[in-house]
Amino acid sequence: MTSWLLVMPIAVPFATAVLAYLMRRAPAGRWISLTGSVLSLVASIALLMAVLDEGVIAAQMSNWDAPFGITLVADYLGVVMVVITAITGLATAIYALGEIPERLERLGYHALFQTLIAGVTGAFLTGDLFNLYVWFEVMLISSFGLLVLGGTREQLDAGIKYVALNLVSTLIFLSGIGLLYGVTGTLNMADLRDAVANSEDQTLITVIAMMFMVGFGVKAGVFPLFFWLPASYHTPSFAVSAVFAGLLTKVGVYAMMRMFTLVFVGDIGFTHEILIWVSLATMLTGVLGAAAQTDFRKILSFHIISQIGYMTLGLALYTPLALMGGVFYLVHHIIVKANLFLVSGVAYKLTGSTDLNRIGGLYKSSPFLAALFIVPAFSLAGFPPLSGFWAKYLIVKASIELEMWFVAFIALFVGLLTIFSMTKIWGMAFWKPHPDGIEPVPTRVPAHIRLPMMLPIIGLATMTVLIGLFPEPFVQFAETAAAQLLDPSDYVTTVLGAQR
Amino acid sequence: MEALTALVVGVLVAASVYLMLARNFMRFLFGLILLSNAANLVIFASGRMTKGAPALVPYGADTPAGVVGNALPQALVLTAIVIGFGLLAFTLALAFETYRRLRTMDTDKMRVAEPKDADEDKK
Repeated sequence: MTSWLLVMPIAVPFATAVLAYLMRRAPAGRWISLTGSVLSLVASIALLMAVLDEGVIAAQMSNWDAPFGITLVADYLGVVMVVITAITGLATAIYALGEIPERLERLGYHALFQTLIAGVTGAFLTGDLFNLYVWFEVMLISSFGLLVLGGTREQLDAGIKYVALNLVSTLIFLSGIGLLYGVTGTLNMADLRDAVANSEDQTLITVIAMMFMVGFGVKAGVFPLFFWLPASYHTPSFAVSAVFAGLLTKVGVYAMMRMFTLVFVGDIGFTHEILIWVSLATMLTGVLGAAAQTDFRKILSFHIISQIGYMTLGLALYTPLALMGGVFYLVHHIIVKANLFLVSGVAYKLTGSTDLNRIGGLYKSSPFLAALFIVPAFSLAGFPPLSGFWAKYLIVKASIELEMWFVAFIALFVGLLTIFSMTKIWGMAFWKPHPDGIEPVPTRVPAHIRLPMMLPIIGLATMTVLIGLFPEPFVQFAETAAAQLLDPSDYVTTVLGAQR
Repeated sequence: MEALTALVVGVLVAASVYLMLARNFMRFLFGLILLSNAANLVIFASGRMTKGAPALVPYGADTPAGVVGNALPQALVLTAIVIGFGLLAFTLALAFETYRRLRTMDTDKMRVAEPKDADEDKK
């Protein structure tokens, strides 16, 4: 039973991908994809219920006992990421009904999209290091496809940079796996914890840890490894960029959180200290980069980078409160960021561009969209009572408790600069009149396109407000998740002792 | 044997870094291929090498007799080769299509997706 619960969130999107590919020329394809996304959400909520009920659960694939076989394992952090992936997947699947033209559907958009979701979910659930590499690749190859699908010149240009840098990071990660196996003789993450701690050559372990940090750092988009991100995220379809912005970098952050709490904890003074400075530089460069941009999606892309800094900072400070903030930030950020990209898509449909100099008038003509933009934008900047406030509050409080005043100052300062960028979008896209005199009223887009595009925005904005108004259960959840990360004995015994 | 492999890996990585620093994307891609092979060799060597002892179980027995080669890294390398092959094939196709559409392999000239004014600042 347990193994079914763990397998389903991965198997459902894969099965959907196959069906959607076979039906890519028929209108049924998009409905198959939507149904698959609903089923994925059901499967992940079932898994969440099981984890809430029993704590950490694990299953050995094909009955090969750990540490020899491949283990799937769900703890609090893993399962919440799976659920949020399914939610984002469903939101973008609905959005795609309106946005993705038939031409892209025929090229297999839905199949690639579902494979991407399967890859992301697999990465969150696996308990085996080499298997994590395989899920990364599943995720990468489908994201490559989605990024260049349609094949405009901008997309190809962006694709080259995205593909090149991501492949290098994957190879560094792969070499790290090889070396770690050479030192410890195991690839099971729970087994690695003891094997790494008992290793004779801790210096070599730290070197390998740095290889993992660089590999995951490129995926997560931390300073100075983020250059592929703002070069590519503004080129594909809006549904694609929303799911990229929401999920892909967060897989890197998740993998970093997992490896640097479970396995590489031997030399925290060295590895996590580096991570603190990297996080601060990430936060600052991201937000300053955004200040220089005038494209809707480019600003949002740079903000992904600056927000990633907060999450890795939560990991780097390595106290219960900081990790709790990091986990909370991760979940809040996925919802908010995906939503902002979805809003930018609607703004594009209404005004005809994403260049802020060439659009405007959205507040006057579409006040409802303006209200829906305000929610995630202010949440991103950390205004109470929205979800981002609690996320930033936890991180800042953790750094003040450690008496790291400089860190706390940077965290607050970056929040301030975030408001600057958000007001820039607000002022240029919403407040000022459209330079071409167009009135971007909602009826400019036909209802059968507008409704599926607005529905997920409303849903995600509601979630942001709900998390902000009732943070208690979410904070408690994040607290348990952080406790499990800091003391993974439960994780280790469940994996190594789990006989199905 | 491991020492020799380690040297080979070192040479491969050095060559690939040299190639990847080039502006031409094709050279970058060749560098990537070398790096991919270097990573595969790392995994292979990390399982320790055993000369002339395939991991075969004799007929009728449950476990292999004597010292045999480590089969796990071989399986891992096989997986990594297949995945790497797929990814590099995709990258090659992407490079070709990009050349066809952008008429350049010079990564410095690939600025279609960048803002216009940044381009002018450079000149």
